[in-house]
Amino acid sequence: MTAPARPVPARLRPADLARLAAVGLRTRKLRAALSALGIALGVAAIVAVLGLSASSQAGLLAEIARLGTNLLTVQNGQDFTGGTAELPVTAPAMITRLPGVTTAQDTGTISNTNAYRSPLISAIQANGLSVTAASLGLPATVGTSMAHGAYLNAATAREPVAVLGAAAAQRLGIDRIWPGERIWVGGMWFYVTGILKPAVLAPEIDSSVLIGYPAAQNYLHFDGHPSTIYLRAANSQVRTVDSLLAAQANPENPEQVNVSQPSAALTAQAAAEGAFNTLFLGLGAVALLVGAVGVANIMVISALERRSEIGLRRALGATKDHIRTQFLAEAILLALAGGTAGVAIGAAATAIYAHVKGWATVIPPLAWAGGLAAAIIIGALAGLLPALRAARMSPTEALWTL
Amino acid sequence: MSTGAPAAPRTEDPRPRPGAGGGPSPVLELEQVTKTYPSSPPVTAVARVSFTVTAGELVAIAGPSGSGKSTLLHMVGTLDRPSSGTVRVTGLDVATLSDRELAGLRAGRIGFVFQQFFLAEHASALDNVADALLYAGFRLAERRERAAWALQRVGLGRKLAARPTQLSGGERQRVAIARAVAGWPAVVLADEPTGNLDSAAGAALLDLLKELNADGATIIVVTHDHAIAARMHRQIQMLDGRIVADTTPAGRRP
Repeated sequence: MTAPARPVPARLRPADLARLAAVGLRTRKLRAALSALGIALGVAAIVAVLGLSASSQAGLLAEIARLGTNLLTVQNGQDFTGGTAELPVTAPAMITRLPGVTTAQDTGTISNTNAYRSPLISAIQANGLSVTAASLGLPATVGTSMAHGAYLNAATAREPVAVLGAAAAQRLGIDRIWPGERIWVGGMWFYVTGILKPAVLAPEIDSSVLIGYPAAQNYLHFDGHPSTIYLRAANSQVRTVDSLLAAQANPENPEQVNVSQPSAALTAQAAAEGAFNTLFLGLGAVALLVGAVGVANIMVISALERRSEIGLRRALGATKDHIRTQFLAEAILLALAGGTAGVAIGAAATAIYAHVKGWATVIPPLAWAGGLAAAIIIGALAGLLPALRAARMSPTEALWTL
Repeated sequence: MSTGAPAAPRTEDPRPRPGAGGGPSPVLELEQVTKTYPSSPPVTAVARVSFTVTAGELVAIAGPSGSGKSTLLHMVGTLDRPSSGTVRVTGLDVATLSDRELAGLRAGRIGFVFQQFFLAEHASALDNVADALLYAGFRLAERRERAAWALQRVGLGRKLAARPTQLSGGERQRVAIARAVAGWPAVVLADEPTGNLDSAAGAALLDLLKELNADGATIIVVTHDHAIAARMHRQIQMLDGRIVADTTPAGRRP
């Protein structure tokens, strides 16, 4: 007879391998779900942490963009003796004349003057509030608006009338406006006509009690020198205006002027806050590790329980490779199912939280791709040992020892 | 469709049946096969066994427990290798083949039937049979076609979708037999196939094996039951690892 061809074992097609890998999971659904849960929680934690920080960053950046990045501030600096170098009284008007400047408003801090709820409050309980003279278009320029009541106008700016910044109102215990509401400023009553919303770009205004320039000069002996000038520049000319501001504000001593762009500082801050929350990432990693142990555990048990299946498959012509591949694929599938669920849970948590906060939902590709990749690697590592054990099993023992 | 007279199978297997062309060829050749287990003292389970099975035979390997028939079955099924001697399956010397090649040999040329059936409970009868053809390299559609044909052949054409738990013991073993013959192996090895069946189901199962043999399948039944062995065309009697008798309907051979 002719020499017969040597038998060649068949290669498993990917579709067949997928079917094989799903068998163990389909038949033991609850157990598979529980062991995938560990991986799901770990991946969900990581995706949510990365997603939330990215979303909050996006939210802050969107807020900054909404408020405008063209706000510049000019502040009085220090002279060579270390004293305050006052800005000239003419500085706001000079800056308004600068080409590209659309609006300029100013505040002047009134020194040695504090605001209290009533004269009965001890003088040292100043609450960190500053009393500040403010020009009439300030809220619009710094990107805030009234929470309650009305801002100063040409008439009230001459009278003992105050408008409270958001934090100042809180610290004074005033949450709404009613006729006759008044506070004790610099030894006399000032009537409160309005409360501002928080000014994200100019947080120093939040803790200020704002009064009109004429009133400050009339009642509080204010010298009239502005301490901070807030200005908006045309978007295309922010850089040019920025470079000219110091000389324009104080031509005699431009080096004694501080010019800054609040949105730039906030953007940098947002980027820093967007950095990963290491603690929660660590917790996610621990959950992933626990999940990996769970997968390894179920696969070891599965290989022991399915001795007869393994023996049968070997008798039917499966090579050790086939058995190894089947169990490895099953572990990877299990982990991948957990990882997919985890990405979905993490993304949903991020979306819900971002929606509540009014942010755009941002899931960085690193988060979901990394989560899935981690799940696959964990499945492969956790499934390796059980798969090797399953493949080593002797088919005769598996089939005839019960 | 009736189970008594099988309807025409949807696909007839295109491959020639073993031994169909020319004279009957040997499917199984054993020469001086010995299996010794290394313990102290060493146990010789099978000692210098020689016999040949040609295509189309229906053989019983009979003997009490401990006679070495199970060990012989492992070696004939290439799940175990002899300590000495030669086992050839369809002319291939098992000793010259690697583990992978032996798996390929089992996938294509040997069918197993077990006393405990070993069916997957969550899968339908059709899938149980079809999945067994996975390692023979068939595509899913072809596996299912062959499985449907094999199940029809064993009289379960109307229970393709049934799960093993919905089937009687006899029906389950028929599924297992369909699984063994679906790939048209050169030889079917049945280990106590009626061991878990009542006598009526057992008798029906033996009838089925004889029918399949009449269609050309080469079948070796391992059993401790002399009544079952007596219904096979040839009986190889074993005792203490040796062949004590090898009978054929044509007459007795030493």
